[in-house]
Amino acid sequence: MSDILKALIEIVGERGVSNTPEELWFYSRDPGVLTPHLPDYVVAPKTTEDVQKIVQLANREKIPIVPMGNGMSLAGLVIPLKGGIVLDMKRMDKILEVNQMARYAVVEGGTSQGVLKAYLQDHYPQLRHSIPDAPPTTTIAANMALHGQGRLTQQYGFNTDMVTGLEVVLPTGEICRIGSPSLGPYWFSKGPTLPDLSGLFLGWLGTTGVITKIGLRLYPNKKIRDVELFVTDRVDLIPDMLYRLTHLEILEDVNVWFQPKPLMFQDNFHITLYFTGDAEEEIAFKRKMIWDTLQPYMDSKDGGFMSVQYMKPMLMEMPQRGIADFADVPKGGGFEYSGPITIIEHYPQYAAKVVELAAKYDVLYASSARLISGGHCMMFSISFAFNRNDPAMMERVKHALDEATAFALEMGGIPWKPNFMEQKMTMAKMDKNALKLLQMIKKNLDPQGIMNPGNWEVN
Amino acid sequence: MYTLKFKENVCAACPSADCLLKCQYMSFAGHDEAHGEMMKIVRGEESRVLQDCATCYACEEYCKRGNHPFYLISERREEKGMFTAPRPITNQWINMTRMQGKYMVGQVKDKALSCCLIPDLGILGTGEIFRDVTPAAAFGAEFMCPAVHTHFARMSVVKERLPLVIENFQKLGAKEVICLHDECYGTFTAIASAYGIDVPFKPVYYMDFLLERMKELKDRIKPLGIKAAYQRPCSNRLIPDKYPLVKEILDLIGVELPDREYQGENCLCCGEILRSVSGYKLADDVQERNLNDMVQTGAEYCVFNCPACQSSLSEKVAKKNLKPVHIIDLCKMAIGEKEREVR
Repeated sequence: MSDILKALIEIVGERGVSNTPEELWFYSRDPGVLTPHLPDYVVAPKTTEDVQKIVQLANREKIPIVPMGNGMSLAGLVIPLKGGIVLDMKRMDKILEVNQMARYAVVEGGTSQGVLKAYLQDHYPQLRHSIPDAPPTTTIAANMALHGQGRLTQQYGFNTDMVTGLEVVLPTGEICRIGSPSLGPYWFSKGPTLPDLSGLFLGWLGTTGVITKIGLRLYPNKKIRDVELFVTDRVDLIPDMLYRLTHLEILEDVNVWFQPKPLMFQDNFHITLYFTGDAEEEIAFKRKMIWDTLQPYMDSKDGGFMSVQYMKPMLMEMPQRGIADFADVPKGGGFEYSGPITIIEHYPQYAAKVVELAAKYDVLYASSARLISGGHCMMFSISFAFNRNDPAMMERVKHALDEATAFALEMGGIPWKPNFMEQKMTMAKMDKNALKLLQMIKKNLDPQGIMNPGNWEVN
Repeated sequence: MYTLKFKENVCAACPSADCLLKCQYMSFAGHDEAHGEMMKIVRGEESRVLQDCATCYACEEYCKRGNHPFYLISERREEKGMFTAPRPITNQWINMTRMQGKYMVGQVKDKALSCCLIPDLGILGTGEIFRDVTPAAAFGAEFMCPAVHTHFARMSVVKERLPLVIENFQKLGAKEVICLHDECYGTFTAIASAYGIDVPFKPVYYMDFLLERMKELKDRIKPLGIKAAYQRPCSNRLIPDKYPLVKEILDLIGVELPDREYQGENCLCCGEILRSVSGYKLADDVQERNLNDMVQTGAEYCVFNCPACQSSLSEKVAKKNLKPVHIIDLCKMAIGEKEREVR
């Protein structure tokens, strides 16, 4: 047995470590198209102190360490590109606190979205968090590490905007609290009115430290939730439609999507509009406001509301499972997407690009965009499904996604959860002084370069 | 392409103009104005009717002279390139009902049970009542009557697809097709006849079938002893002679059908198509009047004939403390095959 393995067993016990090939195989890949790479060890800590000791060991021995939630980013963000230790955080899954009056929760770094959702439903049914449309086993901290979005993003911004405090283990092993918890027992602010240090960790894909505790805002869980579905065949009108809709300031979530199959969706763009209320009258009023806002497009016959009765159960799911159905259309259950953040005005150009790429690379597409923070920007997903048993198809998808990222950068967009290649493309275009600052921060926080190496690596 | 057999001279000499005078969604000063507007349509001229018609099908019933005012309105709208509903909604219906070879057919011998393209019909057409015909079910776009496109003024789609649907049933070798949806029966009888399309099998209306079966199962019927309001669907306007069957069936199973304002010729649309064609204001108004009228009768149940009406109104009638139920399910309740409380 190697000294490293012995040391890891000493920290977390035998059941918390593995280097068996069958387990390493699973930790070497994700469901996307990137090439797998084996780690040397998988370790599952139970406490912040466990994490600290593992990081200290890795730092001392210069072993790469990759913090991992559920590994569902699809972009290969926790594939251990340089081997080393995969730090599986899922055993750190406690909900530590819910402050009902201040509307925040504090959870451990491996707590899943589903666990928090279920806990709130059982104990605080009047509160909710911004749940992403990802499997419920995905973790909250991982979502923050990649600037995720969720069901409340249209109203309140990126999920990282909802963070209220962090506990992180720095690459050199120090345990550090960020925001209001650095001064007292309350987790109500990640930064203001202090210098906001949370930005050193949120969105860094685990390259600057390990998030071991996280505070996040909770929001009122209204008694009634409803949905309307507007369709148009005029992509050029969508930015204006979204501008008018966001002016209402009453929408919980807005998704714009299009896909060629099944036939009922062909040639149309769909705007799913979610809204909530505590009384039927409130719902009826909001529905009327939505309809009135879009009435000019109905009058011109350019758009109309679909009957949602049959689709309602699927539309109301949180998270939605329809994405998994899309992945299996070409059989073989794979899909990956590039999700650049862009301004709403560019929606038509992005939509055209999806269709162009799908035709060029002979792959099946779907796209679903989500408005962010009242329409200041949107996440535009360029999704391609593939058969995992068809390497040629996977290769075509990889090329299509690379081209999508290049297009997004040309358009002035920001790639969302970029894989290591897309990060390189992004850094090549980045303002040189901004890149220098990024490098400076990274080097100072992680002098040995052990944290998720290969990602946000500035050379 | 088939053409509508519209008797212009009959229309020209019409003494009543009931087709438009009785319309619930448009107002006319009197016979002269209504008749004048209809004649403009006959001549292919502009008419406000072409803009304002809500596509409720009722004029097909109001005309007692064997003409087809609604089909003509739809024809003229299409000729002029008009859309009743928004263009993407119209095209969505055309796309989603396109034949793709994704149909399901059981073992059809002499009889086929038409489930149209409505999954709910496959569930309704089961149990003791449909025992002998359930295995002969046919479902899919290949067996879907295209009448819905009349709402969207796309008679070309109806004329293109109806002969194919008829041919598909013919290929199954069916001599009789039991239609679980009024729209299918109305298409194979009224629309096909109006366009001179030959139907080489006998369309059977499911309520005729239901009545006969319930008579055969009379010994098993335990009268339900309930009061119900009936939601008549638009497509029943195509086959008004079949309307009395509802009362006959409900009488047989001990369901009282109290009189209400919006019944028979005066019935109101479920609102779903109105929402697409005219927007929420008209749809909400019609639904509110309709449901309040149901409540005022003291009915416990709202009985549906059309699954689309049921889907559109179920949640709303339930909020008014009425239990939504399909007439087939009521019959199943009467013979003890289904629980009485249906939500």
